[in-house]
Amino acid sequence: MYGRLPIVKMLLVTLAATVVISVVMVQINWDGQQASTAAPKIDHLLNVMIVLSSFVFSLVMVMLFYALWKFKAKPGDESDGEPIHGNTRLEIAWTLIPTIIVLFAGGYSWKVLDEIENPKDGALTVSVFSQQYAWSFAYPGKKYAYSEGELHVPVNRQVQFKMHALDVIHSFWVPEWRIKKDNVPGITTTAIVTPDKVGTYQLVCTELCGFGHATMRAKVVVESPAKFNEWVEGLERETPEALLKVVEDTTTTNPPALDAGGA
Amino acid sequence: MVAAIKRPGWWRGLLGAIAFGAFGFGLVIALRAISDLPLYQTEQTGYPHVIVPAVLAPLGFLAGFGCFDYWLRWAAGLPTIPDDHSQHGAKSWKDYFKFNTDHKVIGVQYVVTTFIFFFLGGLMAMLIRAELAQPGTQIVEASTYNSLFSTHAVLMIFVFVIPVFAGLANYVLPLMIGAPDMAFPRLNALSFWMLPLAGILFIGSFLAPGGAFDAGWTGYAPLSTGAPLGQSFFNLGVQFAGASSIATALNFLVTIITMRAPGMTFWRMPLLVWANLSTSLLVVAATPFIAGVQFMVLFDRLLHTNFFDYAAGGDVISYQHIFWFYSHPAVYIMMLPGFGIVSEVISTHARKPIFGYRLMALALIGIVVLSYSVWAHHMFVAGMFSWLRVPMMITTLLIAVPTGIKIFSWLGTLYFGKIHTYSTSMLFALAFIVTFTIGGISGVMLGMVPIDIHVSDTYFIVAHIHFVLFGGSVFTIFAGVYHWFPKMTGRMYDEKLGRVHFWGTLVGTWGTFIPMHWVGMDGMPRRVADYAEQFGNWNLLISAFAFMLGAVQLVFVYNMIVSWRFGPKADANPWRANSIEWQVSSPPPIFNFDEIPRVVGGPYEFGVPGAKHAIMAGEGAEVPAGEKSVVGSSS
Repeated sequence: MYGRLPIVKMLLVTLAATVVISVVMVQINWDGQQASTAAPKIDHLLNVMIVLSSFVFSLVMVMLFYALWKFKAKPGDESDGEPIHGNTRLEIAWTLIPTIIVLFAGGYSWKVLDEIENPKDGALTVSVFSQQYAWSFAYPGKKYAYSEGELHVPVNRQVQFKMHALDVIHSFWVPEWRIKKDNVPGITTTAIVTPDKVGTYQLVCTELCGFGHATMRAKVVVESPAKFNEWVEGLERETPEALLKVVEDTTTTNPPALDAGGA
Repeated sequence: MVAAIKRPGWWRGLLGAIAFGAFGFGLVIALRAISDLPLYQTEQTGYPHVIVPAVLAPLGFLAGFGCFDYWLRWAAGLPTIPDDHSQHGAKSWKDYFKFNTDHKVIGVQYVVTTFIFFFLGGLMAMLIRAELAQPGTQIVEASTYNSLFSTHAVLMIFVFVIPVFAGLANYVLPLMIGAPDMAFPRLNALSFWMLPLAGILFIGSFLAPGGAFDAGWTGYAPLSTGAPLGQSFFNLGVQFAGASSIATALNFLVTIITMRAPGMTFWRMPLLVWANLSTSLLVVAATPFIAGVQFMVLFDRLLHTNFFDYAAGGDVISYQHIFWFYSHPAVYIMMLPGFGIVSEVISTHARKPIFGYRLMALALIGIVVLSYSVWAHHMFVAGMFSWLRVPMMITTLLIAVPTGIKIFSWLGTLYFGKIHTYSTSMLFALAFIVTFTIGGISGVMLGMVPIDIHVSDTYFIVAHIHFVLFGGSVFTIFAGVYHWFPKMTGRMYDEKLGRVHFWGTLVGTWGTFIPMHWVGMDGMPRRVADYAEQFGNWNLLISAFAFMLGAVQLVFVYNMIVSWRFGPKADANPWRANSIEWQVSSPPPIFNFDEIPRVVGGPYEFGVPGAKHAIMAGEGAEVPAGEKSVVGSSS
């Protein structure tokens, strides 16, 4: 009975549509500028998904519009369609094939996740403090140098941000780094990023935190290690005692071994 | 006047609300006076003299209105008033404003009330888009903006999408299974009357000092525990909406399990019935979690219980776990009934049996089971235990499988059918397949942790939820309203206006929500009143489409109101459907059936020679030839 359907032609059209859609969509740089080692990996994962999604979308469209074109009732036709109740083989196929696709997507995501959150020796640790509606940063070292509203980090060195919220939840996002993590009152959360492009970016708060949420931003500067050291040396303020106490008092949600993986 | 106050109804309800409210107010003041405290506690999270009356006054209204009369007399050992069916049916429009136990009246009450909230929520969406049309602040300031998007979401979720499905099913489900009414008609009426109270509490919060709740519909602690008084109205409104939804779900479960007509086995139930069975299983088990967590927030605010106060040893993230343990299943509570509607509409208008009926039903159950195991995918960047992300990612992605089965089975249903697209319901059902596929694809992307890390809490999320909730749920709601409009009102609607509404809605939905994906990926966070200049043009375009989408809904209102009043009389079965609700008159008789029908076959036996779904009264008792071969099977 299904021989009456031009299955080969429908598949060819689906594949052609998949190629056209994915080629166009993959050209577009959806996520904007890439400025960390994680960014190309996440964008590549996105592109793989775009190709798979284009196939699924094209398949659904071809199936839908072919049916609408081919099986549309003629005006005045009051008869019923053919009493087909199903097809076990087809039903098994559209259960199994999507399962394989999503398990592949899951496995690949897991691999990327491991790569982008892999902690390295010699990483720089920066403490991040967020409060309504401002960011501040503390650098380790003798002085425990403190900066308000401006974050500097060296290029090509892993940075581990240890984050603390002082009032409500805030979220740390630098779109060009593709990295985001909530700052949660009472616990320390960690974000790992290796910036790989010198430049000036914006740190955006992405968790609703009150009326000033939209304007809660900070300047992010990625620069050469020499310039970075110079900048830290030049910081005149020390981190306030109250903030140091926050760092001491808060724990991570994760068992220590897992926390290194970037909770 | 005295007689009016003694009788259950609006006057007694009003009196009950005032009396209970005054009692609550007096109680708080008296207790504070005895305790030597200042009489009024007006710290922003306090206001016990407002909160206690806000709990009691709605209960007083329900009691006065007559929701508890029968039960109270029974409990007190008084002679109960024999049911003379005066609370059944509606003879004039006035009967819709009374305590009525007829499932058909309650269904209409639900649908009309929820659509009023839909338009109020829509109005807020228009204000939101007006503010966002340009960067900077033009129409509303940031705190009002936060209140607007919070109430927009809360109205749409708690008093539109969830209950409108309950309303549609209230009307058609008992008819579909051949039952004279729901299992618990008085509980059914109580469920409905709690709903407007929830809506009034949500909207009433605009009058509170400090404005309406503004912590988002998610109300994350500690932003919510420290927010102004309006937040408490949200905490309370959710209780009424939640209780309403739990009671309705219990009612559906008992009705579906015990009140099916003879011969209606589980495998002969229409998929709408399966969908509501699945939804009700989600509602009864999940809704108590949001009720509980909102009480915890209320207690933190009012009684300093410190569940979520980190400084006192509370755990901030636990709020999110409990909240999403309800709110993720809630996504399916808002979608599964729509799946049911689409199945009815597509099968009827394609003149074909549902393709793979049993797998369709099992996919619903599969979604129910899986949906309890995915909640933490809303928390990939929340700072929870990091290892929890991977299993939650896998279960999340697996949900795409039963959902995909449904999409492919609807497509399969179209093949070798005779597809009629004259009805607006079919247009919405077909468009739903397309928009929901897109929403499903972005959902799979969001399920993948690395992608989610980047786009979480951006406009990509806003785009995704509107594609699945507007392009998904609301499209199916429109399909359902158009499909059963003739049955519910006894009149036909205008298909030409229906088409205008359909195409306007389709173009408006895509134009509004597709570009939101792009600005989100490119760096625009959600829930912001102001944004970077670079997103200005896209947002202007989004707002333009949003206004068009809003305006075209007026066509729908006009069509519904005018057709209800003046439309041509509808036949019993204008779509030539098989299920039982179409075998009785439009609108159905007051007790649905003179004689309970006998079900002899599956509900979608289009094209099967001699097949019959049910034998109605007066049709004779001979078994039609098709019976043996027509149990809905996927063979």
